[in-house]
Formats: sequence, structure tokens, C-alpha cells
Amino acid sequence: MTSPSATADVLAPPAESDSDNYLTHDKGILSWLLTLDHKRIGVMYLMCVLGAFALGGLFALLVRTELLTPGKTIVEHDTYNQLFTLHGAVMVFLVIIPGIPAALGNFVLPLQLGAKDVAFPRLNLASWYLWVVGALFLVASLVTNAADTGWTFYTPYSTTTTTSVIPALFGAFILGFSSIFTGLNFITTMHKLRPPGMTWFRMPLFLWALYSTAVIQVLATPVLAITLLLLIVERFVGIGIFDPALGGDPVLFQHFFWFYSHPAVYIMIVPAFGVVSEIIASFSRKRIFGYKFIALSSVAIAILGFLVWGHHLFVSGQSVLAGTIFSGITFLIAIPTAIKVFNWIATMYKGRIHLDTPMLYALFFLWVFSIGGLTGIMLGVMSLDVHLHDTYFVVAHFHYVMMGGAVTAFFGGLHFWWPKMFGRMYDEKWGRTACGLLFVGLNLTFFPQFILGTRGMPRRYYNYLPEFQPLHQLSSMGAYLMGIAFLIVAIYLLRSLRKPMDAPANPWGANTLEWRTVSPPPYYNFHEAPEVAEGPYEYADWVYDKRERGYVRKTRGGTPHPGTSTGS
Amino acid sequence: MNTMFALLLGARLLGARLLGGELLGRLVAVAAPAGGLADPPKVPPSPSFWMPNSASNFAGATDGIFDALLWISLLCMFGLALAIVSFCRRYRATSREANEAAESQVDHSNTLEITWSIIPLFVVIGVFVVGFKQFVDLKTPPRAAYEVHATGQRWKWGFEYPEGLTHPELHVPLGKDVRVLIQSVDVIHSLYIPEFRVKQDAVPGRYTELWFKPTQVGTFPIYCAEYCGTSHSDMLSRVVVHTPEDFQAWVAEEIRKIEAMPLAELGELTFNQAGCSTCHSLDGSAKVGPTFKGVFGRQEKIFGQGTIVVDENYLRESILEPQAKLVEGFPPAMPTFKGQLSDRRILGLVEYIKTSASTGEPVPKAAAPDSAAPENKDAPPSNSPADAKGGHP
Amino acid sequence: MAQLVADQLPQHEPSGGHGHAQDAEHANNPFLAHHFDTPKHQFEAGKLGIWIFLITEILFFGGLFCAYAVYRAMHPEVFVYAHYYLDTFWGALNTGVLILSSLTAAWAVRNAQLGEQKKLVFNIIATITLAFCFLGVKYVEYSHKFHEQTLPGRYFNPEHEVWELPSYQRAHARSAHHESEAQAHAVEPQAGTIGEVAAAATGTTPVAPGAVPAPGAVPAPGAAPAPAEAGEGKEAKVAPPGAPVRPRNVGVFFSIYFCMTGLHGIHVIAGIITWAWILRRTLRGEFGPSHFGAVDYAALYWHLVDLIWIYLFPLLYLIH
Repeated sequence: MTSPSATADVLAPPAESDSDNYLTHDKGILSWLLTLDHKRIGVMYLMCVLGAFALGGLFALLVRTELLTPGKTIVEHDTYNQLFTLHGAVMVFLVIIPGIPAALGNFVLPLQLGAKDVAFPRLNLASWYLWVVGALFLVASLVTNAADTGWTFYTPYSTTTTTSVIPALFGAFILGFSSIFTGLNFITTMHKLRPPGMTWFRMPLFLWALYSTAVIQVLATPVLAITLLLLIVERFVGIGIFDPALGGDPVLFQHFFWFYSHPAVYIMIVPAFGVVSEIIASFSRKRIFGYKFIALSSVAIAILGFLVWGHHLFVSGQSVLAGTIFSGITFLIAIPTAIKVFNWIATMYKGRIHLDTPMLYALFFLWVFSIGGLTGIMLGVMSLDVHLHDTYFVVAHFHYVMMGGAVTAFFGGLHFWWPKMFGRMYDEKWGRTACGLLFVGLNLTFFPQFILGTRGMPRRYYNYLPEFQPLHQLSSMGAYLMGIAFLIVAIYLLRSLRKPMDAPANPWGANTLEWRTVSPPPYYNFHEAPEVAEGPYEYADWVYDKRERGYVRKTRGGTPHPGTSTGS
Repeated sequence: MNTMFALLLGARLLGARLLGGELLGRLVAVAAPAGGLADPPKVPPSPSFWMPNSASNFAGATDGIFDALLWISLLCMFGLALAIVSFCRRYRATSREANEAAESQVDHSNTLEITWSIIPLFVVIGVFVVGFKQFVDLKTPPRAAYEVHATGQRWKWGFEYPEGLTHPELHVPLGKDVRVLIQSVDVIHSLYIPEFRVKQDAVPGRYTELWFKPTQVGTFPIYCAEYCGTSHSDMLSRVVVHTPEDFQAWVAEEIRKIEAMPLAELGELTFNQAGCSTCHSLDGSAKVGPTFKGVFGRQEKIFGQGTIVVDENYLRESILEPQAKLVEGFPPAMPTFKGQLSDRRILGLVEYIKTSASTGEPVPKAAAPDSAAPENKDAPPSNSPADAKGGHP
Repeated sequence: MAQLVADQLPQHEPSGGHGHAQDAEHANNPFLAHHFDTPKHQFEAGKLGIWIFLITEILFFGGLFCAYAVYRAMHPEVFVYAHYYLDTFWGALNTGVLILSSLTAAWAVRNAQLGEQKKLVFNIIATITLAFCFLGVKYVEYSHKFHEQTLPGRYFNPEHEVWELPSYQRAHARSAHHESEAQAHAVEPQAGTIGEVAAAATGTTPVAPGAVPAPGAVPAPGAAPAPAEAGEGKEAKVAPPGAPVRPRNVGVFFSIYFCMTGLHGIHVIAGIITWAWILRRTLRGEFGPSHFGAVDYAALYWHLVDLIWIYLFPLLYLIH
């Protein structure tokens, strides 16, 4: 994990020190650790999340290496079980859930809204510290005797295993509160800090997505918190609620757990929808198609997402009636999701498409997320799920959604807002190359897993029958390819930080408010409070200026446009 | 899309030879003996690219809905790829400097929105109905099914047949409805037979069930599909489908083999299988009935009949007529086993109680200590084609 | 947590012109954070924040209530049996204490709004005192339970059987008297559910806890021995006729009891810390008619803590 001090060093004052921005406004480590500025907190989240992503990715590579051969390749049974548990826990709780909302969202939300900060800056900083403490607990579990329960912590296994489950549970518990406070902050900010003119339906779709996400965070996460707390007590004194030996019911834990964790899937993917909406509209130079449908489908997904948790329990002994209801609602979620994909495609139709790196990530997202969504429909069919449940098909499905959907959109958003965050352009050629490699790597890793799954290979297997080996090896090759691609991304992004600031205020010609201030933004976000008199996807006024190497706004009625350059 | 398919198909054909054979051949050669089961089940080759062999009544329906969804998905993905590629080519901007405006700024069409909401809605409703019907079939075992009890335990499966046989493999007759009642003694497991397209969690504290009708003679793998710890991936077994005649022969043969065991060993097996252990402890603690520790030769006060010394005849009588001579302080709770245990099993029990249970010494055995293990080593009758290749160490 | 939501301390206003529309407002009011336009704006944002926080609190406890409901539905006998070990008197006392403290908390908000500094201080101190009273009573209850070993899960190993408890005897005294004639013949001990037991009341008059059961109440041969869970090393007590047989897993009730009241207690402690901090700010004279948000938010939180107890009391103490 990159420490904030390293961040501060990298972001040393640029040559033009007279231009005051949030990176140079205050100096020293403490000015970062005690900052209340949403942009700095966003950057600190970003560093931490990327660090955790590297850690989780390392676990993934170790898992894939182990699976090159049946039986032992590099580690023993128990180590393998700990590796996949940590991979899951780190990726879910430390990376994907906070990835887009807490890292990108924290930076972008007040800017896009036209606000000076989030509603509760102190709480915002507290969420970041909670993230750090939660991460430390997860790492504590790692260095003691890492949990081997899988990230789902199913009872009675999790209450009887000898590994140190409690630090992991406690870590997840604390991370839950980090997530709750972020959600609470975002909801209040969007309700109370919209400037005049920024009506609900003038909000960029990323904000709609963050709003829907925040609602899920606030409503679902407390249930996870209490569930994990009950599990901790169960391990200490044998509370008995989940223990059949004491008259409890282990399936009740699964209900509790998925009551959070299925909505959590939407905490991960809904912000990704928002990022993709922003990118596709901006890079097609066209108003987004079906704005209200995309905005409200996020809300619909957030609500329906609460009612489908039982589709994880089709083979756990749940009643047929319950299974039927959960299956039915699961299919209903397919509709708002499909609406989004169709609208994005329609946005590209007759647009002017610029295939820069963020757009490549968005198209990448469209493809892999659609595969993830369609296989999700297969898993929603109860009879088919009986065959596919807990096989590699499920593994492939949720990696297409989580990795292909959420992580791809996260990296798309990172490339989209990188110039705004740090005031530097990255190397476009390397950006496109890495994106292409990721695309190949991701499909190579996870597509063979669909075939493994339909042919009956169960998940979380250390050992496997030799018939499955070629597909496993293909999958591992893909994982290595992705590893290389992410390494390339890390290198060119870090290299860009060593350059003097060269990013224009608006490199992509987008019309959301964050592009109307300089890159990087000043401490108070806007030199002048932005006026909002139109929707977020009106591109006609933005003209590319060669000298600026970015877009400038055509003057209107003689007033000079507010979003000028850094003064190059 | 097509490229990916070609790639995967090619990979499937070449992969084993190219990747597995040469690049990683050395790794495999080193690693394979280290890991892996001594006797792993084999996956029989399947005619389908995606699905394993179809060996039960459910395979057709499950594969049918899968194929339908697969083709719908392929169609969707083809359409998506076509749209992305053609739009990117047709509407691609030449450069930022050119400042080209989009050809159109149309940003909504309710007709379109409703169309692409309604059509998928009908599709998913159709899929839901089909899936629901099939699921109800999966969850409704016929009344007159052949019932086998499966027990999941870290990390092995045990199957108990109505004929009084316990075996680590699931053997079933071809064309007969089979209902498997599943339980777990520790954590959650999941009984999974891909070739039958059935799976059901084994949950501690309750019974769950699944059923199927085998449609193909053969041997297929059984997996544990719910993560259960260290050797989760080795919790394998096999299902063997016999013709009905072979199945009867197999059961008879297995039972004969059990009956042919040394007496004390048979007694121990019976002690565990017939439920004796529920009420009689081996460690001296009082359960519902007296403990077997030191029972042989012990003086017992009999309720209303004075004192006797426990000998072979008293043991035999207590098994067949439990209420005849009750030890004082214990309730008349034991059922009779008259007509339920063969004479040899009763003899075995008496022998086991007299020697091992009473003294605490282990039962002398040639084979593994597990009661089921000796059967494991025995070959099923060789007249079944599947068993001919059933691997033995 | 509440205080984090509840307050925005003044931000240091850096030098250098920024386009604030209400710069005068910010200059005059040190409590107005830079990103809010007016005190009202700030207050409303805080209010929404605290309400959302309270919703998460309700869902947080909701999981426990759900666990309670599921376990009670599966094993009602455990709850009926175990609730005799709780003393309704202390529970009722605590309910009263909390309701009173909610009143003083609400009053404090009113005082802050009206700028009644002295009354505000008094009411905050009163609220804190009542909160400590609540914790004191809880301490009495908890220490009694530790002494009696009516503890969660596998640690449940009570000193006294249920029929020795005054609460049980009170509940069964009337029916015992009523049916005493019917008890002339020795009653077969009932090894059934509590419902049956309630019908077959004891023939003896209530005895003090720890007293030897009335002579002649020796169980018939074959009577259920002391429950399997009875502590090793303790003498197995002889149950009077008609005494309920202890159901399995009574400890689970106390797991739930300690989880729910413990989590609630932690919230009370958090409330005390919040109120202490509010008191400190009050003494500095920070609150007045234009700036009373923090008091309001703390009171809202306090009402929720009160409300949760009002549900806990009947669910745990008043089971029939």
C-alpha cells in the first residue's frame, strides 16, 4: 500500500507553483492525514484501494499458479484455501466495494454536483480511517493464521475452523461501517448541496448511480455488520443461532449473509454503470440516450437488488416457493440492466466516437459485462442453477461481472479522471495497449471457466480430475497476461506523475461540472461557482483548442467561459 | 465472438497437446503423483462441448434450457459485437482538432425504450416458467422410489442402502427412480453428480433430498460442491449405474461379503450401524442404557430378579428380548432386534461386546479401521461393464 | 459516531478570495462550515444525516431482532423457561429511567432553541445521570447473572433451578393453590413442554430460593434425572413434582439476551460520551437559537436508544 507520505512526495509542487490547487494547497504528511478535503480523501482512498488491488491480484496469481496442475503445484491444501479466501475478502471488501464510490466518487461527486465539499467532511475522513483499520485487521488475519472459510464465512465451518476467522470478520465489520458512512455522506450531499439550477434530472448519471449505491450501502451494510458480529459471538461463546447442535440453523446465516451480500453486488456494479454512462456520452460527443431510463433503472436495480438474495440458496434446502419468488425477481433485474446496455449502444449510434483509452475501457465493459449478465440469467433458472451452482461457471460469471464489470469500469474511470485528479496526461499508446491486453487476458482467464463449470468442475477445489487440466492452464495463462497488463498500467500512470502538470481543464470535451474547473482543481473546487442551466451531456458548446490541447467552452453573450486552462 | 469460439475450440483440441503436453508437461509429470487421489473417479467423455454425459432423466431438460439460453446469448453477443464494431467504424471521429459534431443529438425514444424492455421481459418470463417447471420436477421425488441415505462427513461420502448395506459409493439400478436422503454430521457439504445434473447441500441438523432416474449404465464422479475445508477437493466418490439384475447381484454380493467378515469386526460394524452406540457407551458413561465398558462378566442387579453375571447368553437374550431382564436404574427403552439381525450378526455383536467393547482394545483387523473401508477394497461384481474398469489400487 | 455526523466544527477560513456568496455570513458565524450557505442549510443537512444514521442503526439492531424472532419461533420453550431468570423489576425500573432521560433530552433541545443556558446545562446533566443510572441497574443485573451463572451458550450453568426462583413461584402460585386438591395423589412428573407444566402446578407452597423441596416430593423411579446440562460438580437437585424439565439449549436465550442488551448498553455508553461532549460545548456557550444542531442530533440518537430498549424490555422480560 502506498503510504500517504509517498503520495505527497510524488505530488511535490510543480514548476508553476503559483497555481494553487488541492495538491499544493497544504504541504506535509499531516496535511494529508488530517485533511477534510474530499479530493484528498479520494486520492488517499485511491492509493489504498490500488494497493489492496495489487495484494488481491497477487493472491489471485498464486491461486491460478496452484491450479496449473492437479494436486500440489506450489502450496498445500490449507494454504490454497487461505489464498482464495484472502483473494475474495480483499477484492470484495477492500477493492471493489470502496473502489468506485469511495475513491473515484469522493473525488468526483462534489465537483460534478458543483459543491465545495461533501456534507460531512469529518465523517468522510473517518470513513477512510475505518477503511485503514479494517484493512489492518484483514492483514492481521493474514499474518497470524489466515482465515480459510471463503469470503462467505458459511457456518458451521466458520465457527469450527481453527484459523483466525475473528480478525477477518472484525475487519469486514469495520469496513462495513466505512462503507455506511460514505453512503450516508453521499446521500446527504446530493440532497442538500446541489447548487441552484442543479435539479435531480440535471445530475450526471454517475451521480444517479452513486445515489443508488449509497442507498444500498446504508440499508444493506448494517445487516452484514450485525451478522458478522453474531458470528464473532458465536465463535466466542456459542450463541447457537447458527449452530444446529444448539438448535440453530446454519442456513439462517446464509440468508443473513446474502441479504447484505447480494445488494453488495449492486454496490459494486451500479457505480460502474455510472462511469460507463459518463464515458460513452463524452466520447461519442452526443447526448446520452434515454437519460431518465438509465437514471431510474439504477434506482430500480437498487430496490430489486434487496429482494433476490435467495437465488444463492437454490440448493441449500430452501423451500420451492421461496426459490420461485427469488428466481422470478432475479429475472426482473435483467430488464433494467438490459435497458442500460441498449441505451449505451443507442448513444453511440450516429455519434462521433473517439476511441481513447477511457472509451476502450467502456466498450470493453459493454462486452464483458454483457457476458456476465447473460450467464447471470442462466444461473437464475432454478433447474439450471442446480447443475451450475458452486461450479466454475459461477466463478466465471461473477468474475465477468466483478472483474469485467466493476474493475474495468473502475480503470476506465481512473483513466477518464486521471488528468483531472493529478493534472497530468498519461501515455495514450500504452493506455490502449494495456487495455487490449487486459481484454484478451480477461476473456482467456474466465471464458474457459464457463466450460469447466458446465462440465461439472466445482469451485474452491485445490485438487481436480486430470480431465480438467487444459482448461485450467488456459485460464492461468490469461491470469498472467492480466497481471502483465496491470503492471503496464501501474508503470505508465506512475510515470505520468513525474511529468510537470500538462493536463488541460477539459481534455475529453465532457460537459459535467468537474471539467469546468482547472486540472487539478483548486482547494475550493471552483474559482467561481458554476452555473447550471442545462443537462450534463450538451457538447455543442465545447470546442477543441489546439493550443490548450483540450476543449474550451464557446463564449456565450460575451461572458468569458469559466473553465480555462492552467495558464500554460 | 466467432474468433473467441474458434480460439476456444482450437484450444480445447490443441491445448491438451500443446500447453499441457509440452509447455507444462514437465511440471505435470512432477506434480501429478504428489497430489491427486489414489483412485480418482474418471469423467467419461461427453458428446457435448459444454455439458457432461447425459445419464439421468433430468439431463435432457436441463441441457435444453441451457442450449436455448446459450443460443439467445450468442445472438445477443453477436448483435452487440456487430453494433460496437460497426458504430466504431462508421461514426469514428477523425481527430479532436476536426471538432466534428455528432450526426444526431436525438436523446430519447419511448417507443424504443418500451420495445427493448418488453421483449426481454417476455423472454425472461418464458425462461422463468420453464425453469420453474423443471425445478418442481427436481424437487418432487416419486413416491415409490428406491431410497438411499447419504451422509457427508469431512471428507468422505457414505451411502446406506435399504438392504442394510453401507458403502462409500453410490450404486443404483438403471431406469429406477432413486431418492437420496442427505445429511451431514459436521459442516455443510453438497452432493453433486454432474452427469445427472443434480446437486443438493447436506446441511447439519436436517435432512435434504434429491432424486433421479439413471438412464445410462456407467460410472460417474460424485463431488462435494460446498466448500468444507482442507480436503474439500478430495471429497469425491462415484456413482455406479447397474442394470437392475446386476444391481441386485451387487447388493447381495456386498452383503455376503459383510457376513463373511471376522465375527468381532462384523459385531463392531453392527454396533455402529444398528444404532447400539446411541444408547450404550464404550467409555463408561451412562447413556440411556448401561455402558459396554467392562460389561462382560460384570455383576448386574436385575430389576426385581436379583443379581446375575453378564455372559454370552444374557447378551443374546438382551438383544432379542430386551425387557426380560432389565438392569436396575435403566428404563425399558430398548427395542427388540428379533428378526432384524441375522444370527451371525448377533453372534458378531456378542463377540464384539465380549472382546473389544468390554476391554477397550481395538478390534483386530486386517483392513483399515473404518467400518466402511473393507467394502471399499472389494471389487463390485465384475459382470457390470462399469465395474470392469473401477480402479483398485 | 453520532457526534461525527452531528457536527461540523468551524473550518479554518484560508486567506485569499474565494467566490462565496455568503462570505459575510461565514465571517460572522464561526460554526458555519465553508461548504454550507446558511446555518439553516447546515442544520438541515445534519438532520438528514442523523436520520439516515438512525435508519442504519435500526437495521443494525434489526438483524438481532430477526435472529430473536427466528430462534423464538423454532424454540418457544427456551424463551418461556429462561425468562424466569430475568427480574422484571429491574427491567421495568430501567425502562422508566430511560423514558425519563428521553424527556430531559427533549427538554434540552428546547432549552438550546430558546437559549436557556442554565436549564440546558441542567437537562444535559440530568440525561447523563439517568444514563448512568441505567448502566448501574444493568451492572446489578449482569453481576447477578454472572454470579448465578446464567450465562450465554455453553456457559449456562445456573445456581438455581427454575422452580426455586421467586419469579417462577409467583407466576405459578395461584394455579398451584387452585389445583392443590387435585394434587392429593402423587403427580407423575411431567416431562413435557412448558405448556403442560404450567397446567400441572406444584402441590407445595412457594419456598424461598435454595430451600429444600418439600418432603414427600421424591420423584418416582424413572423420573427424569437432573437435566443433562446441569453443571458437573453441582449436586443434582431433586425436582418437585410438576417442575418443568429444562429444555435443551437454554443458554441460547442468554446469548440473545446478552447480545441485545450488550449492544444496547454500548449504545448507551456512546450516548453518554456524546452528551458529555455536548455538555462541554454548552459550557463554552456554543449553543443558542441559531446553532443548536448538535443538541438536536444527540437527542434524536438518544430517543432511538430509548426506543430500542422499549422493544427489548417486553421481548426479553415479559414472555408468556
